[in-house]
Amino acid sequence: MKSKLAAAPYLIWMAVFTIVPLGLVFYYGLTDQDGNFSIDNLSRMGMYTNIFFRSIWLAVIATVVCLIIAYPLAFILSRMDTHKQGTMLLLVMLPMWMNFLLRTYAWMTLLETNGVINKILGFVGLGPFEMINTQGAIVLGMVYNYVPFMILPLYSVMTKIDNSVIEAAQDLGSNSRQVLMKVIIPLSKPGIMTGITMVFVPSVSTFIISRMLGGGSNMLIGDLIEQQILGTSYNLNLGASISIVLMIFIFMIMAVMNQFDDEEMEGMII
Amino acid sequence: MKKTKLLSNLYLVIIFLFLYLPIFVLIVLSFNESKKAGSNFTGFSLKWYKELFRNELIMSSLWVTLKVAAISTVVSTVLGTAAAVGIHKMKKFSKSIVMNVTHIPIMNPEIVTGISMMLLFVFFRNFFHYEFGMVTLVIAHITFSTPYVILNVMPKLRQMNPHLYEAAQDLGCSPVQAFWKAVLPEIMPGVISGALMALTYSIDDFVISYFTAGGASSQTLPITIYSMVRRRINPQINALSTLLFVAVMLILIIKNVIDESRQKQTEKRGGGF
Amino acid sequence: MKIKKIISALSVLALAVTSLSTTAFADVEVDGGYDYDRFRGKNVTLQVYNWGEYISDGSDGSLDVIGEFEKLTGIDVEYSTFPSNEDMYSVLKSGRSQYDIIIPSDYMIGKLIEEDMLEKINFDNVPNFTKYCDKKFLNPEYDPTNEYSAPYTWGTVCILYDASRIDEEITSWASLWDEKYSGQILMFNNPRDAMAIALIRLGYSLNTTDEKELKEAADLLIEQKPLVQAYVMDEVYDKMGNSNAFIAPYYVGDSYWIMETNPDLAVCIPEEGTNLFADAMCIPKNPNLDSNNDEKRKEAQIKKEAAEMFINYMYETQVALENIEYICYSTPHTGAYALLDEEVRNDPFLYPSDEFITEKTEAYVNLPQETNRYMDQLWTEIKISGDQNKWAFPLMLVACVAISVFTIVRRFIKKRKDNM
Repeated sequence: MKSKLAAAPYLIWMAVFTIVPLGLVFYYGLTDQDGNFSIDNLSRMGMYTNIFFRSIWLAVIATVVCLIIAYPLAFILSRMDTHKQGTMLLLVMLPMWMNFLLRTYAWMTLLETNGVINKILGFVGLGPFEMINTQGAIVLGMVYNYVPFMILPLYSVMTKIDNSVIEAAQDLGSNSRQVLMKVIIPLSKPGIMTGITMVFVPSVSTFIISRMLGGGSNMLIGDLIEQQILGTSYNLNLGASISIVLMIFIFMIMAVMNQFDDEEMEGMII
Repeated sequence: MKKTKLLSNLYLVIIFLFLYLPIFVLIVLSFNESKKAGSNFTGFSLKWYKELFRNELIMSSLWVTLKVAAISTVVSTVLGTAAAVGIHKMKKFSKSIVMNVTHIPIMNPEIVTGISMMLLFVFFRNFFHYEFGMVTLVIAHITFSTPYVILNVMPKLRQMNPHLYEAAQDLGCSPVQAFWKAVLPEIMPGVISGALMALTYSIDDFVISYFTAGGASSQTLPITIYSMVRRRINPQINALSTLLFVAVMLILIIKNVIDESRQKQTEKRGGGF
Repeated sequence: MKIKKIISALSVLALAVTSLSTTAFADVEVDGGYDYDRFRGKNVTLQVYNWGEYISDGSDGSLDVIGEFEKLTGIDVEYSTFPSNEDMYSVLKSGRSQYDIIIPSDYMIGKLIEEDMLEKINFDNVPNFTKYCDKKFLNPEYDPTNEYSAPYTWGTVCILYDASRIDEEITSWASLWDEKYSGQILMFNNPRDAMAIALIRLGYSLNTTDEKELKEAADLLIEQKPLVQAYVMDEVYDKMGNSNAFIAPYYVGDSYWIMETNPDLAVCIPEEGTNLFADAMCIPKNPNLDSNNDEKRKEAQIKKEAAEMFINYMYETQVALENIEYICYSTPHTGAYALLDEEVRNDPFLYPSDEFITEKTEAYVNLPQETNRYMDQLWTEIKISGDQNKWAFPLMLVACVAISVFTIVRRFIKKRKDNM
């Protein structure tokens, strides 16, 4: 029973450094410049519907792609020799230690019309393809940057799936598809949920990827918020309003996700 | 069986190629002699490596980054693991509330988290006297990385046999001992991947750091790099990234070699990490 | 090829200055008559805040400006960098850190003056400023009485284009709207610079606050949007340097930098005129200067004087020359200008004639907050124009309803199952 106390320092920490700042965001989002209550900023959101729509859409695609890529990879990693697993895991994370901006620059170099990939394809007689400044490039940037955050939680639950469980299912006459659907996926559900959260959320609020790989005309919510806070107009209130709406959207989507998590309803209210 | 093995190896190769493609570009560019615009390779040169070590700004930001990453990773791993254990024992309702709060720093766009923490620190200054710097920066990093630790540890706790902890206590362990001996080994992979994530986020974070750091003594490497963008990224940064990459790679290889030889010696299961 | 010129100019300079007084500690030559030693050993620290990559740092054989200052004066410099005027403003405004020297751009200086965030510089402590600063940069629009700022660099906005793929000579901003170059045009990715180009084309002032004029400019940019390959800032280095686009507006100094990797590129300043920008050194307000505590006030005064010493140092001929050669922008320093290579001095784009500057260029001033917000709103409209999907909002509503229904039904079914 006492182990509940272990969470106490964290709870205090979060109360001070998360709840209070969140309150500040709501305060700013619901007031005008002079600090009077106002919903003008919130009611302007209709104008940005397309941006919201596009951000969520691209983030959903990126999340799905990440899941498709990461799932087999995590499974393969979890079936490796134990001493190899740690190394492989670090190899997955290592690219993220190179600066984000540098990595995105490198992708620009690769994807440009005169870029490395098109040059290589040119030798084979293909292309050049229009790859940069498209929504596809934005999704690629999201997948590249956030796929490790899908791999990690998936791997971490899959190591717990004992080979004997799979063998037992096989002995009982399941084919490999059935093993996957009836054994592996249900057992790795917590990891899938965590992975989706950790990929979807940063994808939906990113701003540098869309600017550099999307050519600046595919504005996302992150760009919009950044423009309010670090743009010439310095409109903290509008920035806060947009983030409130964004948060509500994310909560909603996460709530839907949770409907698939039969084990225990943890994570989200609703 | 062999076919599956081949297929899975092929898959690994493709994914790692995808992950490391931009890194190769970075490494190649770090040997580019031209100091002008980014990616035209004009000739081989090592001069960026030489000059890197004389660049005070870059070296001091590197040092700040490593310091902040180390402190915040250790603190957030301890804090987060303890929290996960505590949360796991909570009743459904309070658990869901705490988990919601845990999701906030992850769900908020970085820039909003950054701004809100800045507002908080400015607000606190009404009561205490301090300047923005190392302390505010480390607090911010702990705040945004602890949830990742929790999110990584929680699934492990859920998978764990709930009676393990009680069994250990029945066998005479104190609660603390039971945690160390029975629970921790079970959730270790989660703790490690959480710590790894915390470290990664801390090393790479720009936006939140920007709003919570202050002055030259807490300027991290990402801040230095982002401040170069009106003009151009100094190629010394490419050289630095390459060195960092090579250093981590070396550590990995050495560790692997040691593991392998140890495994041969004992013929037992290797230790994972 | 410019490097060679720089080296030859340097050797000439080295010969020229050996006759002047020197300080034993440092390698940099300074004018006589200024006591750089008065703070040595007094533990004075200066916090300097500048754009990234915007000072000569000793790499590639250049002068280590900050290091030499520390050697010369014994003052410790803590140097940090910012990515944009707005970032810097948010740091100062929230009071996160105290700085002794900042180097923002024109309109931002105007804003800082307006909000009483700058100290007046005591130019008696900066003799080099009066001696060397070009008269045409005195009393600029952003600091009309020239009490708060000392120019660091200046320049104009030009058009950078690929002469190997564009046959005609580019002379007008209208080329950025030319359908021939559809898909090959780059445009500024910030509202102020992009709107400025449209405003110049329309013949309006860059600093207009008239909403109708701004709207017209925005419409012009919306018209341009289908032709634009990408909205960029620093990405222009890669895109133009590697021939991924034909034509782009950018700052002259940076354009020259890009031209060195790609010899096909050419630069022009359009005949309609352009924006003249300047970055200048300022001293932010230090509340301790008005402190009741004698010790604190004294310390703040020493700091301010040290900051003025820094500005004076930056106005030393050798420092200004080597710094400007590293940065590649234009210098307001007459002594350094005179020592530049002739080709650079006569370059019509780096150093346009005086009448061009007075007649054809306009500097930004600080705009009222409402105008800034209006401009931001227009900018968002430009960015989302062309892909307005009228189904987006209804679809989202339908999705919300569907999700709720799904959730409720699912729960209901589950409950029934549990009860069974």
